[in-house]
Amino acid sequence: MKIFKIIAWVALGSFIVIQFFPVDYNSSETVPKTDFMLVNKVPATIEKTLQVSCYDCHSNNTEYPWYNKVQPVAWYLEDHVKQGKSELNFNEWDSYSDRRKNSKLRSMIKQIESGEMPMESYTLIHRDAIMDSLKQNTVINFLKELKSKN
Amino acid sequence: MITMKKTIGTIALATTLIFNVSCKDVNKEESMTESSDMQQEAMNDGGDMAMNDNQTANAKIVLNDYFNLKDALVGDDNAKAKELGATLMNSLKSFDASSYSDSQQTELKDIMVDAVEHAEHISESPIEHQREHFKILSKDVTDMVAITGTDMKLYEQFCPMYDGGSAWLSMNEEVRNPYYGSSMLKCGKVQREIN
Repeated sequence: MKIFKIIAWVALGSFIVIQFFPVDYNSSETVPKTDFMLVNKVPATIEKTLQVSCYDCHSNNTEYPWYNKVQPVAWYLEDHVKQGKSELNFNEWDSYSDRRKNSKLRSMIKQIESGEMPMESYTLIHRDAIMDSLKQNTVINFLKELKSKN
Repeated sequence: MITMKKTIGTIALATTLIFNVSCKDVNKEESMTESSDMQQEAMNDGGDMAMNDNQTANAKIVLNDYFNLKDALVGDDNAKAKELGATLMNSLKSFDASSYSDSQQTELKDIMVDAVEHAEHISESPIEHQREHFKILSKDVTDMVAITGTDMKLYEQFCPMYDGGSAWLSMNEEVRNPYYGSSMLKCGKVQREIN
C-alpha cells in the first residue's frame, strides 16, 4: 500500500513541477501581408470556416483554451502546432511558389474531402471546428476554383 | 458445370474487352493535353546548353532515385517505397543548381522545395498516400528534366484512370503502372519520348 502512496506523491509532484516548464506559445498579434485571406478574395463565410477549423494549427496564432495551457497538454500541442505549420501556414501563403501553392491546394482539397482534416483529435474538443458536408463542399469548391486559376 | 465455365469465360472476356476499349478511348482524348507547350519550349532551349557533366550527373542521381521509387510502387511495396522516398528526398535536397542561369535556378529551387515535401511524405505514408504524392512528384521531376536535360532515353507514360489522368516517367517503353501496381499493371501508354 505504501508504495502506491509514494507513486501518487511522486506523480503529483512531477505534475506540479512540469507546470513551470516554459512553453513556446504560438501567438502573434499581427497578420503578415502574405496571409491567405489578404492575397485571395475569400468570401466571408469561407473565411470564417477556415479561421475556426484550420487556423489554430496552420497559422502563427492559436486560440488557446485554458486547459491547453496545462502541462503536459501544452507540450503535446506545441509539437502538434509546429508540425501543422510546417505542412501549411496560411499566414505565409504568398511566400509559397506557384508550384507549392498548387501542391498545398491539392492536399487541402484531398484531406478535407476524405475527412482527414480538421483532425478528429482537434474536433473532439473544438466542436465548432467540425465541417459539415455543406461547409466542406463550399470550401472545397472555392479551393478548386483557386487551384484552376493558379 | 461446362455451361457455367463457359459463362464465366464469356463474362471475363467481355469485361476485358470493355476495359481495354474504355482505357484506350480516354487515352486518345487526354494524353496529349497533359504535356504543356511551355515544357517543350524549356526543353528545347535548355537542353543543349545544360549538357555539361556536372549538371547531368546531378539530375541523374535524382532520376535514378525516382525510378527506384517508381519500381517500388509498381511492386506494391510500401516499406521499400518509404525507404526510397527518403533516399530521393536527400538527393533532391543536395541538388546543386548553381551552374544554371538565374531564372532556371529559381525554377529549379521551386521544383526542389516542392519535390522534397512530396518525397518526405512518401517516406512516411501508407501506399495510397505515397501514390498521391508520387503524381505531383512526377510532375516536378518531369519539369526538372525539361531544364536539366538528360542523356538517358525516357518515356513519359500516362494512365487516364488514376485521379483524372496521371503521368510518370520511365526508362522502359513497356508500361508498368506505379499508381495501380499489380491490380492494373499495364494500364496506360507512352505519351511522349524524351531524347
